[in-house]
Amino acid sequence: MTSVASGVARKKKITPSAILMKVSMIFVVGVAVYWLGLNLTSDPMQFAQVTVNGLNNGLLYALIALGYTLVYGIIELINFAHGDLFMLSAVFSFAILTELLGAQSPSGTNYILLLLVLLLTMVFGAVVNTSIERLAYRRLRNAPKLAPLITAVGMSFVLQWIGLKWIGSNPVNVNTVLPSTTFELSGIVINFKSLVIFAITIPLLVVLAFIVNKTRRGRAMRATAQDKDASRLMGIDVNQTITFTFAIAGAAAGAAGIMWAQTTGTVAYNLGFQLGLIAFTAAVLGGVGNLYGAVLGGLIIGLIQSYNDGLAIGPGQRWSQTMVFTILILLMVYRPGGLLGETAQEKV
Amino acid sequence: MARLNTPAMLKINDLTVGYGAITAVKGLTLEVREGEIVSLIGSNGAGKSTTLRTVSGLLKPKTGSIEFLGEKIDGIPGHEIVAKGICHSPEGRRIFPKMTVDENLDLGAYLRKDAAGVKETRAHVLELFPRLQERITQKAGTMSGGEQQMLAVGRALMGNPKLLILDEPSMGLAPVLVDLIFETIEEIRKTGVTILLVEQNALAALRIADYAYVLESGHLKLEGDGSKLADDPAIAQAYLGG
Repeated sequence: MTSVASGVARKKKITPSAILMKVSMIFVVGVAVYWLGLNLTSDPMQFAQVTVNGLNNGLLYALIALGYTLVYGIIELINFAHGDLFMLSAVFSFAILTELLGAQSPSGTNYILLLLVLLLTMVFGAVVNTSIERLAYRRLRNAPKLAPLITAVGMSFVLQWIGLKWIGSNPVNVNTVLPSTTFELSGIVINFKSLVIFAITIPLLVVLAFIVNKTRRGRAMRATAQDKDASRLMGIDVNQTITFTFAIAGAAAGAAGIMWAQTTGTVAYNLGFQLGLIAFTAAVLGGVGNLYGAVLGGLIIGLIQSYNDGLAIGPGQRWSQTMVFTILILLMVYRPGGLLGETAQEKV
Repeated sequence: MARLNTPAMLKINDLTVGYGAITAVKGLTLEVREGEIVSLIGSNGAGKSTTLRTVSGLLKPKTGSIEFLGEKIDGIPGHEIVAKGICHSPEGRRIFPKMTVDENLDLGAYLRKDAAGVKETRAHVLELFPRLQERITQKAGTMSGGEQQMLAVGRALMGNPKLLILDEPSMGLAPVLVDLIFETIEEIRKTGVTILLVEQNALAALRIADYAYVLESGHLKLEGDGSKLADDPAIAQAYLGG
């Protein structure tokens, strides 16, 4: 989705502050490039290794970020409950796969169970998310923006509370069905778990992009996002389309939830806050409302964290969050609409 | 032109519509017969757009009824009304700016299942508006106002309507384009589509109309054959600027 051209290209005035912005931006980018280049030349192997780890986390962030961006795109609501939906999906997958089905170690049968529970968790995420929309957000659709926003915050607490009641207040260890075997690919150590994340997340992202861009339903979603009344005049059932959007957002969060549980081997009731914040940041970084932006933002944040934590010459793990949000703030200064977002046009 | 002797297609009976405490349309009764062009004119805030939006199901009437081909349609959600054969090109065009012309046209045929028929309609629409063919892969929001208006009308036609509702199709257009739009409206009628038209450009709207209704602050003030009203000095003074 590209920005709407204003028709007539206006000539920009060159002011001292604009020059300062440009210069400082070049400086910031220069420092970042220098830092990455320094690490790349001093230890290329480690750099590649850290990149793989970063992409791995980034893909999970991207899956969650998609949920924020899809929902924001269609009803302009920042769904604060989305991170907690991810948490609840992780808990659900733990309860079903690990506890109920007892799949706690790598085996052929357990891989099949994992795939089945992956589907089940996606359905779970979709059902919970559409129910939330139906119960809480739909009736506030014509209310002032603050009302659904606060409701979303409230929903976030409700989901956290359910998680808390379900698994208690301490983090729970998950005996995963994925082996901790590693491969070596020309010197880079790749986790089997990372491969699973790649193998599941990338096709999911492709399918989602396909649904939104190429299907009739997807076209209805994009139309509804742009103009609800005009969509009704086309014969689009707007309520149903919004429900569908919440369903895919929820399914993506469900997939992220089970993969988190299986690859990190731990779930906790407050997981949603932490991951939700990062994923939301990813969505904003990429340009909220833009599907590809969410994926790009997720990958970038995964990489930033990974480079920051893992590179020999760098600030180190303690500065992880600081780095992520510093970069977010800088990006917002230079590109307020996000990387792929629309540059906001001021109405005269 | 005078009223046709065909059966009624759309019947609005004693319709009252309001937003909150404000009543925009009060006790309006009108009729559109098959094959007609019916114009609804009146000054700003007379309730014209409100009436159209109620017919299309975007607004719910407070009282009164709307019948389309003998079936009651008031209170039915908007997307179901499209399925019955009413397509609406809304005020302010309301095209989907971030989508291409092509996608906009496809959305106009959203409910249609007959691929062959859709293809035929599309060819017809592109024949009516060759400009759209030139711009087919362009994002709709980047087009000029006139082109966007053509797209809005073309998009409504893609639904293969029995009744085409046009709300201010000439708004903001250059005079030469206004003429083109009105010519196109007459051409569309020749293909058997019934048209309910709202226009600020009252004189042109009356001239092409078989029958016309004049609204004033939500009330029906006058009705009559289009040509007769166009020649009426009282109308001329009140609505035609002179």
